[in-house]
Amino acid sequence: MHARVNRSTSLLLHYALIGLYLAFALFPLYWMLKVSLTPNELLYGEGVRLWPSRITLDHYASVIEHSQFPQFFRNSLIVSGSTALLVTALATAAGYGFSRFRFRGKLWIVGLMLVSQMFPLVMIVAPIFRLLSPLGLTNSLTGLVVVYTAFNVPFASLLMQSFFDAIPKDLEEAAMIDGATRFQALRSVIAPLTLPGLAATFSFVFTAAWSELLFALMLNSSTAASTFPVGLLAFVSKFSVDFGQMTAAGVLALLPVCGFFFLIQRYLVQGLTAGAVKG
Amino acid sequence: MSERAEPYLYTLPSVFLIAALMLVPLLIGLSYAFRDISLLDPSSGGFVGLDHFRELYADPSFWNALRNTVTWTAASVALQFGLGLILALLLNHPFRGRGLVQLLVFLPWAVPSFLSALNWAWLFNPVVGPLPHWFVSVGLMSAPDNLLSDPKHAIWGPIAANVWWGIPFFAITLLAALQSIPRDLYEAAAIDGAGAWMRFRSITLPYLAPTMAITILLRTVWVANFADLIVVMTKGGPADSTQILSSYIFTQAFQRLDFGYASAIAAVLLILLLAYAAMLVLLRHFLSTRN
Repeated sequence: MHARVNRSTSLLLHYALIGLYLAFALFPLYWMLKVSLTPNELLYGEGVRLWPSRITLDHYASVIEHSQFPQFFRNSLIVSGSTALLVTALATAAGYGFSRFRFRGKLWIVGLMLVSQMFPLVMIVAPIFRLLSPLGLTNSLTGLVVVYTAFNVPFASLLMQSFFDAIPKDLEEAAMIDGATRFQALRSVIAPLTLPGLAATFSFVFTAAWSELLFALMLNSSTAASTFPVGLLAFVSKFSVDFGQMTAAGVLALLPVCGFFFLIQRYLVQGLTAGAVKG
Repeated sequence: MSERAEPYLYTLPSVFLIAALMLVPLLIGLSYAFRDISLLDPSSGGFVGLDHFRELYADPSFWNALRNTVTWTAASVALQFGLGLILALLLNHPFRGRGLVQLLVFLPWAVPSFLSALNWAWLFNPVVGPLPHWFVSVGLMSAPDNLLSDPKHAIWGPIAANVWWGIPFFAITLLAALQSIPRDLYEAAAIDGAGAWMRFRSITLPYLAPTMAITILLRTVWVANFADLIVVMTKGGPADSTQILSSYIFTQAFQRLDFGYASAIAAVLLILLLAYAAMLVLLRHFLSTRN
């Protein structure tokens, strides 16, 4: 009896805490949604009301019809998806190398990765532009993918290393003693165990590329190669901050990310497939 | 394939990419610190030695920004990490609706930083945002004022936005690490009679330690370099009370167009972050040899 009461209290506490966090995470997004649905003339008059007396879909209509947002979304999807794939592949290899081998120069490589994150991006945008321009990689989605990949690989590699570090070495050694090559051991024993790590890395990089503004703005000036954060900025400069349209575009931009998280989240918590580490 | 070449095969593609696209531009950017690079002055570009650093030493705005950087970084990272860890632990237990909750709590992270900043600036604005009115009703404020225009407390505005934006990062990485802990360990410990706290200390923490160390280290570096929220929400004001080194760099580079001075500040920030990283690595080494 006592144990059951205890259990349901802890379950209740669990839900209460989750609810509290959800409120904190979602309220600002709710406010963004509210602003995007408020007609312009009520924006300030009913500014602090939780829900406007009248709502409108005009902002959404003008974002979809009169602007280049569909194009920006397509660009963002291409850039974020390619970056995430590339980074995850490179980082898995590097993270595995860091985790399973001792080799000359390892400390320097890890150091290089850390130092590359320590300088403000505003100071390296100009040199990167000068580097990419003769290669024809400015005003191109490929150029953005290359830069985002370079910028995200250090963190992703070190993160993947930490996931590999947590997997006992004996597992793959046992498989290799049983005659598997390192690659086979990696694929059949290690890969299932790192699936949550891979999913986390992939989503992290995808989202980082999805919302990056500075490089997207500085390296690409043509609308044909602009990503959606650059498009959002257009609402600031062109019409002296059109909050209605900007928040509408912001809400729309969250939809593909929702879809993406929906696809990826089951890998994130799938965890151990039954019995993978038994023995 | 020889055993000795193998690790290089895995790591060199990344190293090459980083060296070409990050290290070379970084060194070029760093070289500005010793030159007189001002876009407003066409005759600039000459070598000035340590002049920028001397100027920096005598610049009270720099010291003020340095102090604010410590507050901003320490408060943001500590809150993001603490709340992110709690969230990860909550999500690690299966419950009804977990998939949906997971999806929703990660959303703040996908909002571009300047849109988050504008949105939070709205929330703090008494004309269009509810927060000041709530602060009054719980007694935190005597009248619904804008937190962002109060020099004493304004820095907590961008910190709140940063915490909101950054929790999912820790939650997602720590959740992935939690998910990789073999379940059998907990079962065995439970059979041995270990309580919840004991299991957390002896299984969860050691398994999470590598991920915690690397995420805290890198997050600190990023947050210290992260100017977007402050530049958009307060522009460093009122009266420089929210100016941090990275927003000061941004101001020097893009408003005064003085890239030389901006780079000198960036160089100091780089050295401080290097010292911090070295300290953390040594600490980790010390802890791992002690055990």
